[in-house]
Amino acid sequence: MKVMIAVLKKDVAPRFDLTLEAVFADIKRGKVQGEPRMILISRPSGEELSGLAVKEGVDRVVCGGIDQVHHDFLTWKDIEVVDGVIGPWEEALAALAASDLRPNAILAGASAG
Amino acid sequence: MFQDVDISDIINGIPSAVVIVDTSSRVALMNDKAEALTGRSNSEAAGLDAAQVLRSSLQPLQKHLAPVLKEGHSVVEDGDILDRNRQLVPSRFSLAPIEDSKGRLIGVMVAIEDITHQVKLEQERASATIFEGITGLSPSMQEVYDQLSVYASSDAPVLIDGETGTGKDFFAEAIHKASRRSGYPFININCRTLPEPLLEAELFGSEDHDKTGVIRLADHGTIFLSAIEEMPLALQAKLLTVLDQGEYFVPNSTKKVAVDVRIIAATSRDLEELTRSGGFSEDLFYRLNVLRMHLPPLRERADDIPLFIERFVAAFSGGDDGPSFDAEAARILKSYAYPGNIRELRNIIEHAVTLSGGGQVRVEALPDYVSRAVRQADAAGGVSGGELTPSAAGRPMKWDEVEKEMIIEALRKSGGRRSEAAKMLGWARSTLYRKLKHHDI
Repeated sequence: MKVMIAVLKKDVAPRFDLTLEAVFADIKRGKVQGEPRMILISRPSGEELSGLAVKEGVDRVVCGGIDQVHHDFLTWKDIEVVDGVIGPWEEALAALAASDLRPNAILAGASAG
Repeated sequence: MFQDVDISDIINGIPSAVVIVDTSSRVALMNDKAEALTGRSNSEAAGLDAAQVLRSSLQPLQKHLAPVLKEGHSVVEDGDILDRNRQLVPSRFSLAPIEDSKGRLIGVMVAIEDITHQVKLEQERASATIFEGITGLSPSMQEVYDQLSVYASSDAPVLIDGETGTGKDFFAEAIHKASRRSGYPFININCRTLPEPLLEAELFGSEDHDKTGVIRLADHGTIFLSAIEEMPLALQAKLLTVLDQGEYFVPNSTKKVAVDVRIIAATSRDLEELTRSGGFSEDLFYRLNVLRMHLPPLRERADDIPLFIERFVAAFSGGDDGPSFDAEAARILKSYAYPGNIRELRNIIEHAVTLSGGGQVRVEALPDYVSRAVRQADAAGGVSGGELTPSAAGRPMKWDEVEKEMIIEALRKSGGRRSEAAKMLGWARSTLYRKLKHHDI
């Protein structure tokens, strides 16, 4: 399973449309394969990020918040969206690998400051 | 006195979403409305990074909170918030410092007001401003309408070309009004009306006469230079400096003035040809020709003539229900070529409405030269509709009725052949088909 996580510094980005960085990872048999790739985009753009997810052939997108238009687009492209996630992106990736990440999840590291 | 007051009760009484944020930008408390907006309960949100909970466009949130926490000043900013239903809600964020009893800053109160309605109204107003007074549904105007909003959002120079009377100044002002410069001056200078020394002083000021040039007066705004082809070459070079460097020297002075103005220029001449023949600065031409707008002459948008007539009649008769036109007056207005374009049509209607004294406009109320020109064209076999005889001649007719009569007559004469009827009427076939549908023929 290929995943894309919209990130802001060490956290899952609160807004998909304002995101400048995304992490791509491959999960097989409950484990993240190799090192996740970080991709920077030139300007915050929900369209660009959605296009990137489609181009990279991801199966699942994780973010803090996403507007309905982009959510519908990704869903239409058969990409599952896990939104409302708050916390460090590495923790979100680990939860994904463990099939334990739900929409609106508040991860343990979220309040660690 | 207020020691026993529960802060939750206070913020729940505020008619906006309110989030209390501590000095580490973490949520301390939210009111009911903020819970509903974010979809997070107080117990969930407490201690979380406020940026993660609010999902606002104020990013990074710390940067926006910093001046409030450092200087204790309140700040108001507009942006948006992504609500629990994945909708972007235009919002006004009021950030106010919170102090403890010893005057130490301990947090920020973030009040979030939904300004969806206000933003919508502003957008409608901006849209209305762009199109205010602009009339026309003809296909040739569609490109112009598309360009209007695009050009308004840019800061690049615009070159408008079109015959005299096509409304170049009107469109230049529409671009300005819809642009970010709308709160600053729009200054209109006709380069044809002033001799070189006066034009230079008008534009760039004069140290000798202690005069401030309009380029400086229009700082942050827009200068509209009509008849740009009449600008002397020396001044063209100076204008190029303003465009390239945003500054210029005041004439007869060593004083340099920095300005931020947008230039919109207009011409009724073929500026490319003039540039090729050396009559206009090539550098300035290419600098001005960044965004180009061509305004078609009225004869190429004949479909819009009734709209303009209706509008001018309303304007000159002081109401919506102006006088109607008799069949012959209507036919002449429809057939005339309008070399002076919209300005000429406006003058003709003003003349007609004034002479008609509020009653039906008969052909006698039109300027003689207009009726004469159309009748001469009729006699020469022009397609001016001279052979058409409205069946209800003499009865006051509105434009729609006259047009319908003309179409029926043309179809009758062409034996029902639409291509031929369209040719007789001087329209494209598609125009005739559209009008047939409109008149339910």
